[in-house]
Amino acid sequence: MKVVEIENLTVSYENILALDNITFSVEEKDFLGIIGPNGAGKTTLFSCMLGLTTNYQGTIKFFGSDIKKSRQYLHKIGYVPQKPVFEKNFPATIEEVVGMGLGQDQTKDKIDIALQKVWLHELGKRRIGDLSGGQQQRVFIAKALVNNPQILILDEPVTGIDAQSMDFFYQILHDLNRKEGITIIWSSHDLDAVSRLATKVACLNRTLFFHGISKDFFHDEDLLKMYSESSMQMHMHKHED
Amino acid sequence: MTFEILTYGFMQRALVTGIAISLMCSVVGLFLVLRRYSLFGDALAHAAFGGIAAGLYLGIYPLWTAFVVTISSALGLTSIKQRFQISGDSIVAILLSAGLAMGVILISLAKGFTVDIFSFLFGSILLVSLQNTLLILGLSGTILVIILLLYRQLVYATFNEEQAKVSGIRVDKLNYLLVVISAITVVSSMQLVGILLTSSLIVVPNVTAVLFSRGFKQTAILSMAFAVFSAITGILTSYVFNVAPSGMIVLISILIFGTSLAIKSLRTTNKFAKKSKIIT
Repeated sequence: MKVVEIENLTVSYENILALDNITFSVEEKDFLGIIGPNGAGKTTLFSCMLGLTTNYQGTIKFFGSDIKKSRQYLHKIGYVPQKPVFEKNFPATIEEVVGMGLGQDQTKDKIDIALQKVWLHELGKRRIGDLSGGQQQRVFIAKALVNNPQILILDEPVTGIDAQSMDFFYQILHDLNRKEGITIIWSSHDLDAVSRLATKVACLNRTLFFHGISKDFFHDEDLLKMYSESSMQMHMHKHED
Repeated sequence: MTFEILTYGFMQRALVTGIAISLMCSVVGLFLVLRRYSLFGDALAHAAFGGIAAGLYLGIYPLWTAFVVTISSALGLTSIKQRFQISGDSIVAILLSAGLAMGVILISLAKGFTVDIFSFLFGSILLVSLQNTLLILGLSGTILVIILLLYRQLVYATFNEEQAKVSGIRVDKLNYLLVVISAITVVSSMQLVGILLTSSLIVVPNVTAVLFSRGFKQTAILSMAFAVFSAITGILTSYVFNVAPSGMIVLISILIFGTSLAIKSLRTTNKFAKKSKIIT
């Protein structure tokens, strides 16, 4: 069953194309890794999918419905941003952060369950700003999971996190997908992690030049070469700009 | 002496009004302070100054004109900020200078209401009428109920706007609501501490509470406690020592902040000393 369908998605900012005619879909329980160099349009793609950018051409459907017509789909997805921006001294406990946006009913139970999934249930009363970067990202996964989402969207979630926390983080994502059946859409620069975790890959560089089974991409020397050349070109263009 | 002054009608009105305003200021102020919008209260107060001057010049009850001018200018500038992506501190500077400029021009045109304007500049809580006490009680009650109803959404949007939007919260509408609530709070609080000291009532109890609290609820409760304590002791001591209540209220809140800083710094030093002992 297709849970996300993106058709002919084109986004431009001041006449510069950020995404050019992107078409792909995501099946239920997929673990989709979206890879591409900086400036490839990964964050723009997520911004459109999350309804933060509405100025685009083409259609984006979640669970069969066009997201421009209904925002109900937002209740079925969880989102983990690249590096959550918040005031370092913001007076909120971990439990309060995880519970933000929830209704009054069964809040405490839901928060406890979500924190247990990321192994932070013993730190619930600590202030969010007192945690390490890796722990904070786990809090934001718990926050994304608290409403029992069907889809989890993560935008380069391990940026600035130490290697040990990163492995821990990947293990959590693996379990959420394989054991709980949550569909995961995850953008990353870490090709090694994507090759280990993702079942499917979308390779983006303003246009979509590969979308399919992960193994097909990582076992194809020509595709990998194309990807690295394209990344290099993008890198050079950025320097020229 | 202490109990005797509580029997006076003007003192009862002053205390009730003071408590209502300090509660409103601390709760609304918490959202402003955490959004790094501390000086927004100051800018709103200066816009209110323009509104007060307009009311006195036109012969309309100045609080009404202050409400209209403050709310409309705050809403207008918030809309400009969102549309043209102008930074928050620039908006504060524009609002502040525009209100002051309008007030100064109207005062110079009228040449004669300087005594009235002084009571708005520095507050006149001991002269507050029963009508105004009831108005402020109604306004603060309404604002506190709105905040209680939208508490979760407001906290979420203050913590991280983008994530709140992704959760389906209408952040833009919420921001406009917060601006209107802040404008009403500032105009109401002019009765207590005056235009020039309003922002301190919004900022100081919250900054003090953040020093000690872990959670948001705890911070809000502590901030309300500090604000109410400052208002009550400020009004009472100002009467005893025959000084301006507005200055006394603000000085007491700053005294609490200073003491809190000292306690916090002592605690940190003790913790450090304990850790060093364990290591050696």
